Amino acid sequence: MKNISGAEAVIHCLLEEGVDILFGYPGGAIMPVYDELYKFENKINHILVRHEQGATHAAQGYARSSGKVGVAIATSGPGATNLVTGIADAQIDSTPMVCITGQVASSLLGSDAFQETDIIGISTPVTKWNYQITKASEISEIFAKAFYIAKSGRPGPVLIDITKDAQFEILKTFEYKKCKKIRSYSSVPAMDNKSLKNAADIINNAKKPFVVWGQGVILGNAENEFKAFLEKSGIPAAWTILGLSALPTDHPLNVGMVGMHGNYGPNKLTNECDVLIAIGMRFDDRVTGSLNTYAKQAKIIHFEIDPAEVNKNVKVDVAVLGDVKETIKDILPLIKSKNHDKWIDEFHNYYKIEYDKVIDNEYNKKKGGLSMAEVIKSLNNHTEGESILVTDVGQHQMVACRYTKFKLSKSNITSGGLGTMGFALPAALGAKIGDPKREVIAVIGDGGFQMTIQELGTIFQTKAAVKIVILNNNFLGMVRQWQQLFFDKRYASTEMINPDFVAISKGYFIESSKVSERNKLDDEVKKMINHNGPYLLEVMIEKEENVFPMIPSGSSVSDIRLE
Amino acid sequence: MKKRNYTISIYTENNVGLLNRISAIFLKRHINIRSVTSSESEIPNIYRFIIVVKVDGEQIIKLVKQIEKQIEVIAAFYHTDEETIYLETALYKVNSKSLFEERQIQNIIKKSRANIVTVKPEYFVIEKTGWREETEDLYHKLKKYGLLQFVRSGRISVSKSSMEISKHLKNNENE
Ligand SMILES: Cc1ncc(C[n+]2csc(CCOP(=O)(O)OP(=O)(O)O)c2C)c(N)n1
Ligand SMILES: [Mg+2]
Repeated sequence: MKNISGAEAVIHCLLEEGVDILFGYPGGAIMPVYDELYKFENKINHILVRHEQGATHAAQGYARSSGKVGVAIATSGPGATNLVTGIADAQIDSTPMVCITGQVASSLLGSDAFQETDIIGISTPVTKWNYQITKASEISEIFAKAFYIAKSGRPGPVLIDITKDAQFEILKTFEYKKCKKIRSYSSVPAMDNKSLKNAADIINNAKKPFVVWGQGVILGNAENEFKAFLEKSGIPAAWTILGLSALPTDHPLNVGMVGMHGNYGPNKLTNECDVLIAIGMRFDDRVTGSLNTYAKQAKIIHFEIDPAEVNKNVKVDVAVLGDVKETIKDILPLIKSKNHDKWIDEFHNYYKIEYDKVIDNEYNKKKGGLSMAEVIKSLNNHTEGESILVTDVGQHQMVACRYTKFKLSKSNITSGGLGTMGFALPAALGAKIGDPKREVIAVIGDGGFQMTIQELGTIFQTKAAVKIVILNNNFLGMVRQWQQLFFDKRYASTEMINPDFVAISKGYFIESSKVSERNKLDDEVKKMINHNGPYLLEVMIEKEENVFPMIPSGSSVSDIRLE
Repeated sequence: MKKRNYTISIYTENNVGLLNRISAIFLKRHINIRSVTSSESEIPNIYRFIIVVKVDGEQIIKLVKQIEKQIEVIAAFYHTDEETIYLETALYKVNSKSLFEERQIQNIIKKSRANIVTVKPEYFVIEKTGWREETEDLYHKLKKYGLLQFVRSGRISVSKSSMEISKHLKNNENE
């Protein structure tokens, strides 16, 4: 290509990378690129969000439902700083994302020009990589690197800042070559056969082996290999919140969730297994509780793509570095066929206890105010495990993840590592666009909903058929629960007097209704699911419900409480 | 675990934001950087940072992994003091009057094997290269005579064992 502007070059880079959707918000320093977007309207669809934070979360939702790189674009200064929360979220949850920000002209850099902000400096600790382009000639190479870095190895967010003069500058020639390697970066560590054999030996000799898997299985597209490994070895497996949906809920070896609000059995038995096999997970403190009392009796094997995660929180006996799709496939022939029925019974026994003490009371609640679990039950009835669940952060998130039934992978989208309230609404929009054929259900608290509520405007404008369920307990419920349990019920600033969500939804021309009676719940959920287009259902929930089981922070997984 | 000095050697591509990215790793963990220097390395266009931190044996491994994880870092190594040859350079600016009036000062300079870099009517400048204790020692001795300025460089060091950077580069290129 000859004689094109830097801004047009940006568009061609995106097209070369197969990008056909952008989430963004315009402003002065990025206007040349927007001008090109206008011309390329039929090739790239730009979704105008209502706040740049929404652009990042939508790009994340898109990335996680489609498996592709999400792209967000914003102007300099406040546009760029508004991206930071989503970038930090993508960094800690390993979401492939490229953010493009406009920047003041290079001659003005460092002069405190209008809307100048050091977004490279600000975003450095929360990006996998970032770069400031000041010359149009850099555009093609930097974009190629950005997409390669974002999606290769352990994925993550990349930010490209482009000065306005670089966008205007005319390039005599433009060509694009996809990046396949960077000499200072090895995306996937070399696998070593010795550790693979060691791991297999330990697994084959285990009496009570236990698998804990995380998002690595999903990011590595290793669901089939993973399932084959479980079925051959007969090992019970539990998920971290980001690993959820990689294995169908009703798979006989799926024993539930580990972590702070995980299931009783997997947490208790973490401290009784003889071999703990961690697959594509990073021993987050919400998973491990106190490290001093975490699986001390067990040999630990860690399948992991990021060498920096090995021995970071938990000392392991064998680390199998590499892409789990490869390492799990390669270990399979070394694994003996077994079944561990008696050991698995221990999980079932704990499940019965949890069922009697917790699950039955909330999932099959009969009197009093509605529980969050009942709502999820109703959603399960009407979606048959085939929809994508997007959750915000708080009690509703834990309940939704605990009870939703999944048949398909890439179906659970939530803010795990950062715990970003306000994530769900824009992420649901992005998820729907990333996989339009599937039903997308956003389950959101009354608190978090109001953090990005303006994205109702985007949903209305794009007509994305997102189903929004507000679980309204008139509280910042999760914080209130901690206040009740650990601060003698001093409910400091957690009770909320909420607006009329149905009326707000109507204001955005989104169909909506509200339900508070048990006998109407199912019909309302059905109406929502059958509605052709976006829909908001507000469900009034018992105000002071608590989420159990719970491992109080800093406690041992063995000390998980049922009440 | 006991804390001790570690010298981290980081080989990198030359990049504007890299120092920021590396120092952020220490900032995030509330670890004080005791000294940092950077220069071109033995390989053209590849830079070398030398960072000294006082941490324990577990922390240093984790830090180096986080550093190696950065895209433009080719490789990072860490060594204890015993495993490296290291030096720092200090400059001392002293009032010239004392050079002529105080016999002692000439002795001090001689004994500590420091060099006089320049002598001007108003001041003179002494240079001393060596270990921290040595430059520190000279600092205390000269302080009495009125130090006008004192500055010490970051540590530079080479490791006793080899650091196989070229091999790293090859591996990644062949991937
Ligand atoms: C941006 C942000 N601010 C604060 C918090 C702390 N926080 C965690 S859960 C929670 C309460 C969420 O309330 P709501 O959205 O109503 O959900 P609920 O717990 O009631 O289901 C708060 C304030 C957070 N996670 N994110
Ligand atoms: Mg709430």
